[in-house]
Amino acid sequence: MAHTEGRWTEAQPIVSLKDVRKSYGTVQVLNGISLDIMKGEVVCIIGPSGSGKSTLIRCINALADIQGGSIQVEGQEVHDAKLDKLALRKKIGMVFQQYNLFPHKTALQNVMMAPVKVLKENRVEVEKRARELIRKVRLEGKENSYPGELSGGQQQRVAIARSLAMRPDIMLFDEVTAALDPETVKEVLVTIKDLAAEGMTCILVTHEMGFAREVADHIYFTDKGVIVEHGPPETFFTNASDPRTRQFLSQVL
Amino acid sequence: MWLPPIPEPARNPALRRPGHMDVLLPRRAYAASALNWRETLLNPVSMTLLFAGLTASLIGAAWAQDAASAQPSVFSVLLKWTPLLGEGFAYNVLISLLSMLIGTVLGVMLGILQVSPLMPVRKFAWLVTQFFRNSPWLVLLFYSILLIPFQVTAFGITVPFPGWLKAVIGLSLPVMAYMSEYVRGAILSVPTGQWESAESLGFTRGQTMRMVILPQTVKRILPNWMNLYAVLTMATPLVSIIGVDDIMGYTRSALSAEGRPDILIPMYLYVLSWFFAYCYPISLVTSWLERRYSVKL
Repeated sequence: MAHTEGRWTEAQPIVSLKDVRKSYGTVQVLNGISLDIMKGEVVCIIGPSGSGKSTLIRCINALADIQGGSIQVEGQEVHDAKLDKLALRKKIGMVFQQYNLFPHKTALQNVMMAPVKVLKENRVEVEKRARELIRKVRLEGKENSYPGELSGGQQQRVAIARSLAMRPDIMLFDEVTAALDPETVKEVLVTIKDLAAEGMTCILVTHEMGFAREVADHIYFTDKGVIVEHGPPETFFTNASDPRTRQFLSQVL
Repeated sequence: MWLPPIPEPARNPALRRPGHMDVLLPRRAYAASALNWRETLLNPVSMTLLFAGLTASLIGAAWAQDAASAQPSVFSVLLKWTPLLGEGFAYNVLISLLSMLIGTVLGVMLGILQVSPLMPVRKFAWLVTQFFRNSPWLVLLFYSILLIPFQVTAFGITVPFPGWLKAVIGLSLPVMAYMSEYVRGAILSVPTGQWESAESLGFTRGQTMRMVILPQTVKRILPNWMNLYAVLTMATPLVSIIGVDDIMGYTRSALSAEGRPDILIPMYLYVLSWFFAYCYPISLVTSWLERRYSVKL
């Protein structure tokens, strides 16, 4: 694949997957996935468990490698041995199901750590930005709390702020509300909705169908490592054509 | 801990109030009201009192003996040699501290290598760890005495290696191996999500290890580390076998100078109490730390 870095414009897809294949041993997890995501789009990936949703978004920021096909982020091939991984990770933020905050650091330190240590930015400026981000995820006053002292929803919002501190162009959300109780799910979803409204490109793996319908510009339904069906939420939820999609929707809606 | 027993509920069914259930009473209070002899005897306060009492009675007996016989009492002999034994014990402490320092630094590095992504490095570190962990400490001491030259000359600078330094190196090898295992275990016990989130934030593997993983392992390693130090201190008398000055060597000199067989057993008991007084507080702090951190995580 020829390098197209530097020639990428916003008219082209910001994330582009072409026939992506991945297997763990003999188990084929991704079986030829192709999708294009434009800048500012909010995309939800839904599907039964084990359908390769999480693996798919892990491949986008090179946490997992692929065996075939190509993934391009802003025109740059992700699975390239010569790839500058730091440059890629500056562009892509990721939030996990289990929050994965650093338990030995306070909320503020968690947010500040990567910009200071990885990007070598000025500590004073980073702190100012980190405090703003914490305010943005509605956690004022929790700056000096340790993750163990915060609820699941609060931890997840710190995790979002931590990813945003790297000023990414794209955010990946891997079932970020799956480990939360129903009441705190909402506070995290509101945060994501705010982000989407600001024009952040978001790729979400989610089981929150109502939320997907509300915020997504485009919905992909995956099963057994392939995209079975995709479309804008109105047509997807009301007018699904594939029987597999209809069956899944009838079970979760 | 003793708690006053809670009054028994009325046994007579006629006197029972509806809704009153025996099972809801705190049973623990009854069990705790019986005094546990282990807790009563074997706690730090009573142990200290016991030793103070023993020492006091020894002093008393010694005075009585001093007054009664022409020969100096056991106690006054022990007191006479105390400065020398103290000096010897200082060597033991010095050797244990230096071995611990070297062993810890090397052990942490070896432990990190044990989880290296490079297979040959991992295997090599594993082999070194297992080799030194499964070797008798005394044999390692003999080896370090025999293999390390008495001085090393490099670039015109001569570094002498006296016996005690060789002993320090010999003892630091098993410490290194144990430490390596503790570090490896602690690193593997940190959830993989920590690695993933650090990686997605752009941290390199080295940065992740240094800033994210290792700080989280300290809590888990600390009790083991202190326990290892106590064990190491108790192993330091081994150096007397290879002719390095320590409390054991000085004790032997003192005994031969006195030439009194009746001193033999009290003297070695005295040496034991030096080690006990040094190591017991460490084990107390260790178990306190273990209790403190076993709840969290």
